[in-house]
Amino acid sequence: MSQPVELPRWMDVLVLPALNLVIALAVAGVVVAIVGFEPLEVLQLLIRGAFGTPSGIGYTLYYTTTFIFTGLAVAVAFHGGLFNIGGEGQAIMGGLGAGLVALAWSAHLPAWAMLPLMVLAAALFGAFWAAVPGALQAWRGSHIVITTIMFNFIAAALLGYLLVNTLKAPGNMNPESAAFAASARLPGVHELLAALGIAWPRTPLNLSFVLALLAALAVYLGLWKSRPGYSLRATGFSPDAALYAGIEPKRLIVVAMALSGALAGMVGINEIAGVHGRLLPDFVAGAGFAGIAVSLIGRNHPLGIVLAALLFGALYQGGAELAFELNGFSRDMVFMLQGLIVLFAGAMAHVAAPFLYRLWKAGGGGKLAT
Amino acid sequence: MDDLLLTFGTLIASTLRVSVPLILCALAGVLCERAGVIDLGLEGKMLLTAFAAAAVGAVSGSLPLALLAAVAVGVALSMLHGYACVSHRGDQVVLGMAITMTAAGLTVVLGIAWFGMGGQTPALSEAVRLDRWFVDAGKSIAQIPVLGPIVGVGLLGHNLMVYGAFALVAAVWWLLFRTRFGLRLRAAGENPAMVDAAGVSVKALRYQALALNGVVCSMAGAYLVLAQNPAFAPNMTAGRGYMALAALIFGKWHPVGAMWACLLFGFLDAASIRLQGVALPGIGEVPVQAIQALPYVLTVVLLAGFIGRATAPAALGRPYLKER
Amino acid sequence: MPVNATASPAVAMRGIDKRFGAVHANRAVDLTVAAGTVHGIVGENGAGKSTLMSILYGFYQADGGEIEIEGRTARISGSREAISLGIGMVHQHFMLVDTLSALDNVMLGAEPTFRLTPARATVRAGLQALMDRTGLVVALDAAVAELPVGERQRLEILKALYRGARILILDEPTAVLTPLETEQLFATLRQLREQGTTILLITHKLKEIMALCDRVTVMRQGAVVLDAEIADTSVDGLAEAMVGRRVNLAASAAARAPGEALVRARDLRWRDGLGVERLKGVSLALHRGEIVGVAGVSGNGQSELLDALSGLLAPQQGALTVGARGFTPERWLDPATARTLRIAHVPEDRHKRGLVLPFAAWESAVLGYLGRYCTAGWMQHPRMKSDTAQMMDAWDVRPRNPALRSSKFSGGNQQKLVLAREALPEPEVLLVGQPTRGVDIGAIEFIHGRLRAMRDAGGAVLVVSSELDEILALADRVIVMNAGAIVGELPIAECSESALGRLMGGAVH
Repeated sequence: MSQPVELPRWMDVLVLPALNLVIALAVAGVVVAIVGFEPLEVLQLLIRGAFGTPSGIGYTLYYTTTFIFTGLAVAVAFHGGLFNIGGEGQAIMGGLGAGLVALAWSAHLPAWAMLPLMVLAAALFGAFWAAVPGALQAWRGSHIVITTIMFNFIAAALLGYLLVNTLKAPGNMNPESAAFAASARLPGVHELLAALGIAWPRTPLNLSFVLALLAALAVYLGLWKSRPGYSLRATGFSPDAALYAGIEPKRLIVVAMALSGALAGMVGINEIAGVHGRLLPDFVAGAGFAGIAVSLIGRNHPLGIVLAALLFGALYQGGAELAFELNGFSRDMVFMLQGLIVLFAGAMAHVAAPFLYRLWKAGGGGKLAT
Repeated sequence: MDDLLLTFGTLIASTLRVSVPLILCALAGVLCERAGVIDLGLEGKMLLTAFAAAAVGAVSGSLPLALLAAVAVGVALSMLHGYACVSHRGDQVVLGMAITMTAAGLTVVLGIAWFGMGGQTPALSEAVRLDRWFVDAGKSIAQIPVLGPIVGVGLLGHNLMVYGAFALVAAVWWLLFRTRFGLRLRAAGENPAMVDAAGVSVKALRYQALALNGVVCSMAGAYLVLAQNPAFAPNMTAGRGYMALAALIFGKWHPVGAMWACLLFGFLDAASIRLQGVALPGIGEVPVQAIQALPYVLTVVLLAGFIGRATAPAALGRPYLKER
Repeated sequence: MPVNATASPAVAMRGIDKRFGAVHANRAVDLTVAAGTVHGIVGENGAGKSTLMSILYGFYQADGGEIEIEGRTARISGSREAISLGIGMVHQHFMLVDTLSALDNVMLGAEPTFRLTPARATVRAGLQALMDRTGLVVALDAAVAELPVGERQRLEILKALYRGARILILDEPTAVLTPLETEQLFATLRQLREQGTTILLITHKLKEIMALCDRVTVMRQGAVVLDAEIADTSVDGLAEAMVGRRVNLAASAAARAPGEALVRARDLRWRDGLGVERLKGVSLALHRGEIVGVAGVSGNGQSELLDALSGLLAPQQGALTVGARGFTPERWLDPATARTLRIAHVPEDRHKRGLVLPFAAWESAVLGYLGRYCTAGWMQHPRMKSDTAQMMDAWDVRPRNPALRSSKFSGGNQQKLVLAREALPEPEVLLVGQPTRGVDIGAIEFIHGRLRAMRDAGGAVLVVSSELDEILALADRVIVMNAGAIVGELPIAECSESALGRLMGGAVH
């Protein structure tokens, strides 16, 4: 029924995802209309809520940070031909790692030692949580999609146990840890800007935003400019060619998953070190799944992911504003849109391809190229 | 002694009640995965059908209409699944995630818009909810020594869907292993090329399997609001769709195996509350989170091949292309 | 068995024409098969016999021509029509579900009732009668996964017969059988013929044709070149027809004294996952300054030999010596080590192995040779791109665009790119599989010239090709493989069409 159609590169990379995004937005718009709102008005308010005020921009970028991390995580695994749905669990473990290290040593170490240690811990914990399913896939053939989903639940249970039993701050009603010392907190961007003399409202946006951008750059360089990156991409595209080239797929799978998990673990830095300053339940709140959507729209490329993360950050922040301003509007609209994006840009990504192809041909495309 | 038996009986009763949505979801999963289509959308389908049943039930006050609504939504979702993955060879894993993510958001959005209670639906009246059967019989049998509490409290006094779920296990088993439809369905999940060469349409088989999947999954969703909670609450499935997936893998894609796995997981769930604060001999106090995590840990251990092998249907997850 | 001369033929195909893009797979082919006979269809790879049979079974539709089954014009649009017309096919790759029982496999698609238990009873009775009648024995209740290969094939035949096949097509049936199983199969086929079944046997094994068939059709390059009663032909006649007149024998027959042996393989044995022996004690030496051509219809162990020599496959028995280093099955060669030992490999399947199609040319051009371009894990893109440009110049790869995606190059240019990459480090040993498959004429000559140049420069070249022309044009020494073993080895001067044809047809053991 659907024949694989060869779209020219620029259409495949730019036009098709854009079209799928538009379709998802249109469907969401229909739902918005059904529940009694005016879609265009909603869109306007959303954009204003995300970018219209300094506070809004701060929040948008704060969400963007998390989505960059989880989007990169999905993309790195994807380039190796693996579907990492375990971003939620890996992010939890990353936060746990950072939090444990902070609780142990934040009172004793200065920030310049504490913060890198936390980043390292978050990366290692996240990496481990992804490497185990990777190893099980490589050596035991266990389907990585299933194992990573299971690991999500196990991580949540682990965090819950630790928060309720071991880490709970004495005298606190909520299952939270004690607050970290000041050395374990990433400076907020508003603080840094204030030091430069620029007034900016207080938002959760913190230095991990820079870390996220650096991570995107590092992933780009790693995937396309480094030897392991080449091997990973070759394995993802063609395991036979990789074997022919002398690349060992098993170790590569585990390493790719470990890197993927480490990136997801960085969410812990944004949330735990950057915002909350303590360990608490549900600080990931679906970011792992949002990462899947981000990676799909971003076509698994760091630049696309940063842009898509920005889009999602704007949706989250705009959605929150809408929930304030419009009576009856809830942020779940954004979650729904997220799902629709995964649907149209992911599962049904190529349904529109034949139509696009015909349009392109009718418009005279392809006559000059080979 | 009597007390212990009564405890045991109530434990069985709560195990059965908790396991039913798992069993129904797992059966739905078995049906479509045996045909070669991965279903990661069980969670979302269960959620959306529960909402449909709750919403229609609250508005119409009619049990048949509520059920019909759930079935309609379930089948519609499964047909979407088929369109994207069978007709258009879309990625089945991504589709499942998409359905689950969309359902989570859509149910709350519609719930708030239509009922304005923060996403909850109004409580369903007793007329819509399912009755419990054999209640009086159960009470009298419970008086019988030894077996009484177990049978009377544990096995009797449940609603129609509880018994229906177990009947459905038998029905699905019969369909898969005793009918030619089931034979062809299983073959399509192992070697679709062979089925094609034998002149049977793989696409039609997979769509049929998905349709059944939609109906059975909608039963799970309907159960949640018609028998368990009296209303829909946001994210009320709480990961049960994934637990059902784990159970069906643990049960090696066999309806009866999946049933036992669901009963085991349901038992763990029911027991976890009981065991809070109780020190087991030799192990000490078992944290509730450990029991919550146990089904998932067990599934991973099984998948890693440490307690026997769980071999999925050979063609699972791979879209079928007539290749020449 | 006397054939009724006035009865219409079981199968009459007239003027069958079929193209796949540029490839003219069937050129106005006529085929007439009398009812109740065994008819052999012989040819090398690419001769068109598989295409013809696929058209008969409804997998493809012919571009031109017509088909008559038992005297009536037939439109065979799919396997369903073919089955209803009484045509059954036993494929090379079995169409069986391993987890189901033999009985269920036969029944699938033709179950008499909705409920399986009565269906199974009915089918079992019918199958038992069929098994008694034909002498085919299969354990009906065993899972197919437990059945040996020969029994699985019998099951496939049973399946076809159960559907009422009066015309049975067998595609290379003995490829996976032991000699004993082959004998059993022949006995079965003779029995079926006695009972009136028409059998079409696709094969390249000449002895089998002579032993079993009543009539034979030989195809070459899409056309029929010979159609005769078995009594009127011989193995030699078939061999010559299959291979054809070759003019270009021993093109550059300058007497060549090959140098030292660079690679020695001894007694390689390998069984695949199904238990079929694919390499049966193959021994081979590659000498400096020599091109060794491995001839033979593909599927006779050549691919496995290439894989063993390049390190992609470790045999279960045997030994390999490369220069001073020795390898045993426990510690076999691997692709990376092979390259450090200056063995280069141009794989048979350039799409799956030789290139990464979505990669740009300059990325595919370093596949396997990353070490040359990396410092501390960092790839030196400028050098990679300039080297690629150099390769493209040296081997005339068009378009001269290193940034173009590998999939966008034509087959010939892709092949030249792979060859350029493997030739760049000036390897001592070059293993090449199907060097000019899908390559246009101009590029073929170019590639052949380069291979000869490499030999002249002192390298050892092993060429595996299913094109006999190519082997004869290039090789100094020709090795023929059949059924996993080397059945003959001849210097080029002694290679005649009939000698090679006989070897390739398995006529000499």
